[in-house]
Amino acid sequence: MVARVLSVVNATKRFGGLVAVNNLSFEVKRDEVMGIIGPNGSGKTTVMNLISGALRLSEGAISLDGQYISTLKANQINQRGISRTFQLVRVLPGLSVVENCMAGMVFGHHRLWGEQLSYEAGKLLDRVGLSGQKSKPIGSLTFIDQKRLELARALASGPKLLILDEWLAGLNPTELEKGIELIRSLREEGITIILVEHVMNAIRSLCDCCIVMAEGSKIAEGTPDEVLADPEVVKVYIGEDL
Amino acid sequence: MSHGSDIKSLVWGGVLLLLAACVPLVANGYWMSIALTIAMFTVLATSWALFSGPTHYISLATAAFFGVGGYLVGTGMSDYNMGFWTMVVIAPIVGAVLAFLIGIATLRLSGVYFVIFTLGLAEMIRTLVSWIQNNFTGSRGLYVLTDLTEEDIYIYLLIVAAVVYLAGWWVNRSRLGFALRIIGSDETVASHVGINTATSKVILFTFSGFVAALVGVLIAPRYTYIEPNGVFSPEISFIVVIMALLGGTGRLWGPIVGVIPFALLQEFINAYYSNYSMLVLGIAFLVIVYFLPNGVVGRIEQALAKRRRSTW
Repeated sequence: MVARVLSVVNATKRFGGLVAVNNLSFEVKRDEVMGIIGPNGSGKTTVMNLISGALRLSEGAISLDGQYISTLKANQINQRGISRTFQLVRVLPGLSVVENCMAGMVFGHHRLWGEQLSYEAGKLLDRVGLSGQKSKPIGSLTFIDQKRLELARALASGPKLLILDEWLAGLNPTELEKGIELIRSLREEGITIILVEHVMNAIRSLCDCCIVMAEGSKIAEGTPDEVLADPEVVKVYIGEDL
Repeated sequence: MSHGSDIKSLVWGGVLLLLAACVPLVANGYWMSIALTIAMFTVLATSWALFSGPTHYISLATAAFFGVGGYLVGTGMSDYNMGFWTMVVIAPIVGAVLAFLIGIATLRLSGVYFVIFTLGLAEMIRTLVSWIQNNFTGSRGLYVLTDLTEEDIYIYLLIVAAVVYLAGWWVNRSRLGFALRIIGSDETVASHVGINTATSKVILFTFSGFVAALVGVLIAPRYTYIEPNGVFSPEISFIVVIMALLGGTGRLWGPIVGVIPFALLQEFINAYYSNYSMLVLGIAFLVIVYFLPNGVVGRIEQALAKRRRSTW
């Protein structure tokens, strides 16, 4: 039996009269990379916000390792082992690169401080390829480096489940290749990942299985090759008649 | 920050405090009175900046807590025959509880909404206290009669200042201080790295309420007669904000850099152009916002960093 890390059961989120997520259910198994794809506005980021605790469910339930987390706050959910990056990159201005990375290590279950904190933060920055930038101010980082830094911060809390919300978006082909390689290496370290992505190459080469969302609902589920061949999926992405 | 520089800043703080404690030995009545004003605003602005500096939540509720201190010691001694020192214990606790409640109530507010809420709340408390005084406790007048001299009060405020600086020094090198900086930078990220943002903010806000109320009690004997509209005056909140921003809230010793010149300027204006004091307040505010957004200390550090880069 493969253990479930995360299960989302009949999740619904309404904003006033708008149903952003409609009766959505899916599971993420341990050590797998689960892809979530769908057109803009299909509710992918809302689902990520529900899982990470940035938003509350209107109906349904979410559990992590068999324990309900849907009533917990974002900070408690982070401490239980879920961390994330944001669709629009969110580094912490006013803090240095290394402090940005430390931010993820101090308050989670590691609760590092002092010399060990500097040591671990340095190691993690090396890991994501930011070795030479540690004492730089945030403003001087390039876009990809900001993305690397945000990933480092998310990894810093030692997550069981890592949510990458369009982390590969906006990268050039060379950077994309490096990014995919980085995610692959995380997976090999045993981190379970949810990958929200528009980059189909990444979905194909990284995901064990994926779900497709349209207008807040799940319209397909399976391996990347299966879902991308599904006529329903082609229809929401490209339109009915070409 | 290394351990060595921490100890060094403690030693420096201690030396400066000792120097400040010598002021009553050399100052005459006039300068003593100015020194007392400076001590009072140093404590208020520094404790205000402990919360508002890193989080960027601009609180205009200082007058509410300061006023609670002043009013409670007045009504306690005049209406209920309490001793001054009893009120020194009680009033700050009331201030802290009030700040705690306001903190809880404003958790979901940010930016300008927080500013307006704190201002409105302080005004509401002022009106409420006036109303209670007019309708229930009578208009007997609130006297705070003690045999404390300005020198005594000054020394007490220095002790409070020392405690506030120590608390700030401790917070800055603790997890709590780091959490506040992250909250000020991006509160959503803060909660997503495991920070209980509510608790962190409320702890500091409560502390600043406690300190402001304590200052309100301690300074009351200076005025002898307490008038709710005076101790709850919103001008106190504004001046504290302006002084702290003028000095800079990025460093623990930033606010005092703004307090000293601004207190002297106010003294000068009140003496010679007292009709224009609000005008000066307004101009000072504009100057800070446009030219010194990070305060004098921030500007100096910027210049130093620039020079270091260019000589590199």
